[in-house]
Amino acid sequence: MKKEFLHTDVLIIGGGTAGCWAALTIAEQSDRQVLICEKAHIRRSGCLAAGVNALNAYITEGHTPQDYADYCMHDAAGIAREDLLVTMSERLNSVTRRLEQLGLVILKDAAGNYVSRGWRNIKINGENIKPLLADAVLALDQVTVLNRVNIIDFEVQDNRICGAYGIGIENDTFYVIQADAVIVATGGAAGLYKPNNPGFSRHKMWYPPFNTGAGYAMGIRHGAEMTTFEMRFIALRCKDTIAPTGTLAQGVGARQINSLGEVYEQKYGLTTSERVYGTVNENQEGRGPCFLRTEGISDEQQDSLMKAYLNMAPSQTLKWIETGHGPASQNVEIEGTEPYIVGGHTASGYWVDTGRATTIRGLYAAGDVCGGAPQKYVTGALAEGEIAAESVLHFLLDCDHASIPQEHIDAHLHEIGHFLSDRNTLYTTEQLEEAMQTVMDSYAGGIKTNYRYNAGQLALADEKIRQIEALSDTLHASDFQELMYIYELRERLTVCRSVIAHLAARQETRWHSFAEHLDYPDRDDAHWNVYVNSRMENGEIRVILRDLVTGKGCHYEHQD
Amino acid sequence: MSIRIDSKICIGCGRCHDVCPGTLIKFDCDHRAYIKYPRDCWGCTSCVKECPVSAIRFYLGADIGGQGSMLHTEQEGEILRWIIEHPDGRTTEIQVNRKESNQY
Repeated sequence: MKKEFLHTDVLIIGGGTAGCWAALTIAEQSDRQVLICEKAHIRRSGCLAAGVNALNAYITEGHTPQDYADYCMHDAAGIAREDLLVTMSERLNSVTRRLEQLGLVILKDAAGNYVSRGWRNIKINGENIKPLLADAVLALDQVTVLNRVNIIDFEVQDNRICGAYGIGIENDTFYVIQADAVIVATGGAAGLYKPNNPGFSRHKMWYPPFNTGAGYAMGIRHGAEMTTFEMRFIALRCKDTIAPTGTLAQGVGARQINSLGEVYEQKYGLTTSERVYGTVNENQEGRGPCFLRTEGISDEQQDSLMKAYLNMAPSQTLKWIETGHGPASQNVEIEGTEPYIVGGHTASGYWVDTGRATTIRGLYAAGDVCGGAPQKYVTGALAEGEIAAESVLHFLLDCDHASIPQEHIDAHLHEIGHFLSDRNTLYTTEQLEEAMQTVMDSYAGGIKTNYRYNAGQLALADEKIRQIEALSDTLHASDFQELMYIYELRERLTVCRSVIAHLAARQETRWHSFAEHLDYPDRDDAHWNVYVNSRMENGEIRVILRDLVTGKGCHYEHQD
Repeated sequence: MSIRIDSKICIGCGRCHDVCPGTLIKFDCDHRAYIKYPRDCWGCTSCVKECPVSAIRFYLGADIGGQGSMLHTEQEGEILRWIIEHPDGRTTEIQVNRKESNQY
C-alpha cells in the first residue's frame, strides 16, 4: 500500500453535477486551490453519466423564483425549506445560461428564446452534459482532480472538519487530505432496498447504483444533523428498463391508465408521490398492469421519442426496436422503483443553514446530499454548488487552519489493514449487501410490501440491520476495489439505520408510498408540520423535531 | 443490462475504462478491455459512445426482456449513429445530431 499526504484549501468530495459547479465557482471568484476526489472519473460520473432529457428546473417568462419554490413546497406537502428553495431558484436561469456557454444545446424558437416544456422545463440535448462540465473543470489550473479515489471518512476534531481519508481504488494508495474547508457532493443513496430486478440486471435502476450514500454516512457518524430521511424517493418508470416517464407524460401528453384503459391519475392526485401511489393501488386492486397511454401517437412523434431516449436512457429505445413495438403501437408499461434517499428530488440530507453550511464547522453540502430542497434536478444542483462554494470562500477569509493528528491517520490505516488481511471469512460483501436489501425490502417499506410498513416491522428492520453491521466487521477484501465495496456496504448500512429511525419517528402518512406508515395512515398537520431531524450520538440515532422554515425572505442559521 | 467488448476489435486505448462510472472495465494480459463485473453495469452506454473502434455492444439482460439485440454507435462529426443488430442479422439505425435538441 502506498501513502500520500495532500494539502488543499478546499476539498470537494464527488465530481458530479454539484461538485464540478462548485469547483468552477471557486476558480471564477478566487485563487484558492481546489482538490476534487471522484470515485469514478469526472468525465462520466454521477447522475449525468448517460445524459439527461431536459432541464427540469428553469424559471420561464411570466414566472418567478418564488413560483418554483411554491411548487416544490406543495409537492413536498410543506416539509421543505423555503429559504433553500428560493435561494436555489434565484440562480436557476443564470446557471442555465452558463451551461449554454459551455456548449449545452438548448432548443430555441425563431426569436432566440428557449423553448419550454411546461412552465418550468426547457428542452435540450443533454447527452454530453457531463463531458462539457468535466472539460470546463479540467481546464482550470487551480483545480486538481483525483479520479478513482474514494473518500472513506472525514477527519473531524471538535466538530471542525479538517480533511478526509481516501483510497485509490486502482493504485492501491491510502490518501490523507488536509483541507481548510470541505464541500460534500457525493450524491444520494441507491442500493439500500432490493431493486426491481435483483438478478443479472440488478443495477438497471433509476439512480446511479454507484451512489451509495457515502456523504450521508460519513456525516451521520460524525454527528452531523440530518433531515427528512423518511421522505424517500420512488420514481415512476418504464417497466424493466427503468427509463424516465416524464418525457412521455409531458412530451406527448401520455396519461396513466390501468389495464381496463381507465385514466386513473385524477383519482389519486398528481404530485410525484401520488403518481406512484396510484399505480401501486391500481395493481393491488387487480387493475394492473398500468401504462402510459401512447398508442396512437404519430410516427413523427415516435421517431422523436426514439431519439430523445437515446440521449438519456438508450435501453428504452433498444427495447422498443427489438420487440418491434414502439410507443405508437403499444402503450408503455410503468412501475415504481425501489426507494432511494436523494435530496435532489425529495428533502432528505444534511441539515444546512441558508448558505449550505452543515452543522459540522467547515463542511458544506450541495446537490443530492444536501437536504431541505427537493426538485433540484440538474440546474438546482448547480445552483447549490455555487451557493456552497461562495459560502466556503467567505468561511476561508477568517478560519483557523486544519491539521490532522498522526493517531487518527494510524487508526484508519489499522482499519484498512484489517479488511485487507488474509482471513477465512464466511460471508462476502455481496452476500451482506443482499441481506441488507432483503431486510429493507421486507421490513422497511420496499417493493415487497407496496412501500408500506408499521412500527413492528421497523423495529425488526433495525435489529437485523445492526446484525449485518456487526457482520460487516469480518469482511475481507483482496484488492482496493473490494475494499471500496466493503466501505460502500457499511455506508449503506449507516444510511439504512437513519432511514429506519426517521420512518419510525414520523407518526403520520403525509406522502403516500414515500412514507406510508400503516399504524398512522392519515396526515396529521396538528402534530407533524415539523421537520424530523436526527443526530447520531454514541452510535444511536437521536431524533430532533424542528419548526418549519417558511415565509417570504426567510433565512436560517444554525442555533444549537 | 450490460455490455460485451470484442477483444478482436479492441485496440486497448483505455477510453472505456476511463469513463465507466462504476470502475467495472479492466484490461486482460494483452491489454484488451473486458468488463469484470457485468452484473454491476448501470447501462449508461458511456463506454459504447467513447469507443473509437465500435468494439463495445450494449444489450438488455434476459431478466428485463432482452431478446438478443446488440446496440453500438458510430460517430461521424456531429452525427451519432446508433446501430442495433438483431439476432436474425437485420440492423436498425437511428441517427442523432448532437447539435439538435430533443423535441420532447
